[in-house]
Amino acid sequence: MGTTMLDARIPSGPIEQKWDNCRFEMKLVNPANRRKFSIIIVGSGLAGAAAAASLGQQGYQVHCFSYHDSPRRAHSIAAQGGINAAKNYRNDGDSIYRLFYDTVKGGDFRAREANVYRLAQLSVNIIDQCVAQGVPFAREYGGLLDTRSFGGVQVSRTFYARGQTGQQLLLGAYQALEEQIAAGTVKMHSRCEMLDLVVVDGRARGIVTRNLVTGAIECHAADVVVLATGGYSNVFNLSTNAKASNCTAIWRAHRRGAFFANPCFTQIHPTCIPLTSEHQSKLTLMSESLRNDGRVWVPKKKGDQRSPNEIPEEDRDYYLERRYPSFGNLVPRDIASRAAKEICDEGRGVGSSGQGVYLDFRDAIQRMGLEVVREKYGNLFEIYEKITGEDAYKVPMRIYPAPHYTMGGLWVDYHLMSNVPGLFVGGEANFSDHGANRLGASALMQGLADGYFIIPATVPNYIAANPLAKVDTSHPAFQAVKADVEKRISTMLSINGKRSAESFLRELGKLVWDDCGMARSEQSLQHALAEIPKLRDEFWHNLRVIGTGEELNQSLEKAGRVADFFELAELLCIDALHRKESCGGHFRVEYQTPDGEARRDDENFSYCAAWEWKGEGVAPELHKEPLTFEYVHLTQRSYK
Amino acid sequence: MNLFLKIWRQSRKDAPGEFKEYQVRDITPDMSFLEMLDALNEDLNARGEPPVAFEHDCREGICGSCGFLINGVAHGGQRGTTVCQLSMRFFKDGDRLTLEPWRASAFPIIRDLVVDRSAFDRILQAGGFISAPTGSAPDANAILVPKEAADTAFDAAACIGCGACVAACPNAAAMLFTSAKLTHLNKLPQGQPQRDQRTLNMAAAMSREGFGSCTNHGECEAVCPKEIPIEFIGNMNRDLIRAAWKRRREPLTLSESPKDER
Ligand code: FES
Repeated sequence: MGTTMLDARIPSGPIEQKWDNCRFEMKLVNPANRRKFSIIIVGSGLAGAAAAASLGQQGYQVHCFSYHDSPRRAHSIAAQGGINAAKNYRNDGDSIYRLFYDTVKGGDFRAREANVYRLAQLSVNIIDQCVAQGVPFAREYGGLLDTRSFGGVQVSRTFYARGQTGQQLLLGAYQALEEQIAAGTVKMHSRCEMLDLVVVDGRARGIVTRNLVTGAIECHAADVVVLATGGYSNVFNLSTNAKASNCTAIWRAHRRGAFFANPCFTQIHPTCIPLTSEHQSKLTLMSESLRNDGRVWVPKKKGDQRSPNEIPEEDRDYYLERRYPSFGNLVPRDIASRAAKEICDEGRGVGSSGQGVYLDFRDAIQRMGLEVVREKYGNLFEIYEKITGEDAYKVPMRIYPAPHYTMGGLWVDYHLMSNVPGLFVGGEANFSDHGANRLGASALMQGLADGYFIIPATVPNYIAANPLAKVDTSHPAFQAVKADVEKRISTMLSINGKRSAESFLRELGKLVWDDCGMARSEQSLQHALAEIPKLRDEFWHNLRVIGTGEELNQSLEKAGRVADFFELAELLCIDALHRKESCGGHFRVEYQTPDGEARRDDENFSYCAAWEWKGEGVAPELHKEPLTFEYVHLTQRSYK
Repeated sequence: MNLFLKIWRQSRKDAPGEFKEYQVRDITPDMSFLEMLDALNEDLNARGEPPVAFEHDCREGICGSCGFLINGVAHGGQRGTTVCQLSMRFFKDGDRLTLEPWRASAFPIIRDLVVDRSAFDRILQAGGFISAPTGSAPDANAILVPKEAADTAFDAAACIGCGACVAACPNAAAMLFTSAKLTHLNKLPQGQPQRDQRTLNMAAAMSREGFGSCTNHGECEAVCPKEIPIEFIGNMNRDLIRAAWKRRREPLTLSESPKDER
């Protein structure tokens, strides 16, 4: 175990100076030469679009790939709540150091300090950048930016654009990208899905894609490959992720040598609309900014059938305020989610399924007035009404946790480069900054820090420092990978069994949710690890994909993604089984304190687990990157 | 409930298309419209027939992927609702529904209900941005934006680029889409330096892409799932006149100025 030493390339110096030192030491590429280097960026969400636009501006030849019809569809668009920045515009005691501290602590001490500090530093530049692009953030009457406080912190550092912050930030990055496309520095390859990575002489040198309209399998060579392809929450099938969100790009890269780090760190978001029907195809998030003003409660008595407005104050249990008096409804996501699960397991859940708790705005409406509440949260109340048919201004919302974000992802060093030289990974696709739990309003921050500022600095350094032989797609490595891709597609088309890919994902997702969701145990994980291979086997014998590979074929696209989810699901459970502690989003029932809180084991598990693919049916190999905490002292998190 | 569907089937861009009839059974009111189509596709897959291709992704009304006509109405006609958010509780047993793709020459059909909307991207490329290369920004609070301007800019920027406005317009004009982006950027102080050029270039791109002219039917506003108001088209026309006047030349081409067709 742990034979390869993972070098995170953390720069020297005090933490405040590491990023500056790193940038100073970086090699630069002469502006006149940049045009000669090509960079592939897969994904056009916040990280991908921002990186493509920024590298295009610098003068590199950028190729950006997306399976959507337009970069604007990327799932970043759906993020609601906001983006953190340590601006301290409120004079409420915020600082870069505090944002850094909160993020390391919120991540339950499983993130790399140096990365997180840099993230907090860059948060400030991100807001500047986005405002300059015309992102319509919320403003106060004097014309200054408005902020709010957001899950898990006590300062007001979250910038927002109503409940559609992700949309507005993505449109900002998308517009910058479109400007570069018009300028000819970026070539956009839409409706083009990456199906594999090509490694030549140990370096990432290109990708193989499928044109989703014509079905053509194509090779693309470059000097650098950047993956910004998002997370893998859809391994649970029902999640808040968009339907197409998948793990194929990162999983294929993993199979080509990139280590997969901390797959078991998955985030279950506390405020989603509860599942209502068995046909349901996805879950909808309600921004947790709602927890700023809404109060979470359930009836004190089991099986209280009264409608919520008839339940008097003394019969209500505001359990978050009761258990965590100092943070109340604003405790971090992992804690809020688990508390909701426990309450429902006790039989005090609400709604027809009993899988729900109330989020009540009655007091907020009394305090601030209906208009203010409408102004702040109007669109969220509308979404809620569309789905449930209920008016949350009149009756409390019902919410329940749902898979939402994955902290795990491909292992990267401080430069955001994976262990495969030339393969960089940004945004949710990498494992970097959130440790075992991500704080609210940090995903947008990380995606944009990676995309606007880090990758556009570290990729040129890699190019300048590593003179590469020119490789084109006639190289045998490309042809070999292309042949693999074609073979896999023809296999899926020829099985001709009885079940759709969709039905397999539904079954797999339920299995993973039940056994490796909000609570995990040795027994449940062993169960999942026994069942997943059986189901995967059935998939490869009983799949049915209608049509051919030479046309728009959505079932074929789905089948490829589901096949990769099967493999990832297994690694997810292996990682969860090996991590014999509870931390952040990873809760092992065997490891909890007497009052039911997560019990970390810093002695044995203060490391990042990076898994190496060893082949089908072979156990993956674990590599450990030890985590050291020089600035934030390891403490048991307490939000009481 | 059971429903009768008539769906446009077309295997590829230049293939002939036709309506085909299907029946779906046991649809429950808590399903969404797309979940009803999922059920149909599951059924077709089991019978060995090609599933109906339709675009969708977020299924919460924000990505703009989904969209087709239901009985001739873009997104099915529930106010402020994309087809992915449309609930089956608005339908009843025995309903007959005709589903067809957006019909506009600027949006060629790719397959079944899927159309090519890349013309929208090209309109954006012509000027739908504020040039602010990474790293060049001043402190965010150095730019004061009156709340009212920020709110209007946000209302306009809420457009999801689904194309319903084009599909609903008898002239297949892209005025609501283009004017929303122009209103977003032209309202903000950051957007002023490029305002005239942006307006002229985006308007020109719109015609170049083969979208029709606006003759004030107002159908676009009625179907817009984000309820983008038609007054933004008025903003755009004013900005065009302003830009043309300042540059002492004619607007490149455009909608006729508002005149009553009805
Ligand atoms: S699927 Fe995203 S808006 Fe309908």
